[in-house]
Amino acid sequence: MAELFDMGKHTWFVWGSYAVFIVFIIAELILLERRRRTIWQRLSRINRMNSGENDET
Amino acid sequence: MKPRQKRTAIILGGLVGLGIVVALVLNAFQGNLVFFFSPSQIAADEAPHDRSFRLGGLVEEGSLRREDDGLTVHFYVTDTAERVPVTYTGILPDLFTEGQGVVAQGKLDAGGHFTASEVLAKHDETYMSPNVAEALEMAKGETSDSQMPGASSLIQ
Amino acid sequence: MAAVAAIFIVLTGHIMKINWFKYASPASFYPLAGKMIPWFAIPALILAVIGMVMGLFVLPPDFKQGESYRIIFIHVPAAWMSMVIYLAMAFWAIIGMIWNSRLSSMMATALAPTGAIFCFLALWTGALWGKPTWGTYWVWDARLTTQLILLFMYFGYMALHAAIEDPRRAARASGLLAIVGAFNVPIIYFSVQWWNTLHQGASVTPTKSEMAASMASVMLLMAIAAWLYAIAVTLKRVRCEILDRERHAAWVSELVDEAK
Repeated sequence: MAELFDMGKHTWFVWGSYAVFIVFIIAELILLERRRRTIWQRLSRINRMNSGENDET
Repeated sequence: MKPRQKRTAIILGGLVGLGIVVALVLNAFQGNLVFFFSPSQIAADEAPHDRSFRLGGLVEEGSLRREDDGLTVHFYVTDTAERVPVTYTGILPDLFTEGQGVVAQGKLDAGGHFTASEVLAKHDETYMSPNVAEALEMAKGETSDSQMPGASSLIQ
Repeated sequence: MAAVAAIFIVLTGHIMKINWFKYASPASFYPLAGKMIPWFAIPALILAVIGMVMGLFVLPPDFKQGESYRIIFIHVPAAWMSMVIYLAMAFWAIIGMIWNSRLSSMMATALAPTGAIFCFLALWTGALWGKPTWGTYWVWDARLTTQLILLFMYFGYMALHAAIEDPRRAARASGLLAIVGAFNVPIIYFSVQWWNTLHQGASVTPTKSEMAASMASVMLLMAIAAWLYAIAVTLKRVRCEILDRERHAAWVSELVDEAK
């Protein structure tokens, strides 16, 4: 297995590139999903507030 | 003019103005952004004398000589028309070989000898497997005097 | 070059037959974008996995550079995307300004973070490739300098957009910056021809390829994957932008009610 990942004296350069690349892409996806959730939570809060106001009137 | 026409006119005007600015900046850059000088430019006395600059070209075939200390090397940088002798002490990049492109940072002395403080390898845009390269080399034969692939990017 | 723009035109093109203006409204584009995402995301994942396995384990090393050339399979697609996304951003900014279309401005805003990430990755992978091949992580040659300027343009765009409260004014100001910065893109692309640079010329252009066919095809595979990824992630982000800016609209509150 280790043999498969061996890039001779270029191991750090090749895997350093690919690792950072993958980490950034995954981080972008995670942050975006978190942003989506935050927006939805806020929107449902706004809705609840509005329906609360409607009940009072 | 209607608001939309006005807006479009402003945007177009802005674009044209920016284009002119960029063209002017580029024109100014053209003189300053010379990353390296070729041996021909040095022969034509275009390179600076009093300060460090970069010399670019190919390491001349058969010109590489290593001193006994294992760190100091002598070689000629050529653009096929002119050549400049170079001395460098230090670690060379992996790709540094005869026939390969180099960019060396250093100073030119009065005798036309270039002492480099840094040597970088300029690689070309050709990529292939070692097998293919070997086959190509065999097919080309030793009599061929064709340039290294990608050497054209250094010799203009 | 304005290829991302072209893709969106093609996409909207088949919609255009139905009704362009219907889908130019954020309310109609929101569900459409949601339906489109998996069509880009899934092929992107498949192609990227195939491309990386091929590029890292299957293809032979390069005759001169050895293993380090494998960085090309992520470096070049990242660099291409950083330029293409900037042009697409400028394109949507122009459309947004001329037709005063909210959705176009949101599209420009949604593209920026992905473009910035690809731009950073192009610089990072380039540095790690430069060290073993050139002998240095960084030089101030024209290609590297202009690519760094592109990263700053992305940062500037996002900062300016975030700094202005009013969405219309934010879109106008940052859109102008996107258009200004677009002039940098052809400079990046042609820098290796216009000036003496340490960076080599393009290996693959529309007219020629200096790469072995197997290597070039893996690189193109990765480039297509990067395209599809960029489109998918931009659609997801533009959905966030739409919800954010239309949060007081009736259709959004209906949508939230339905989701419960």
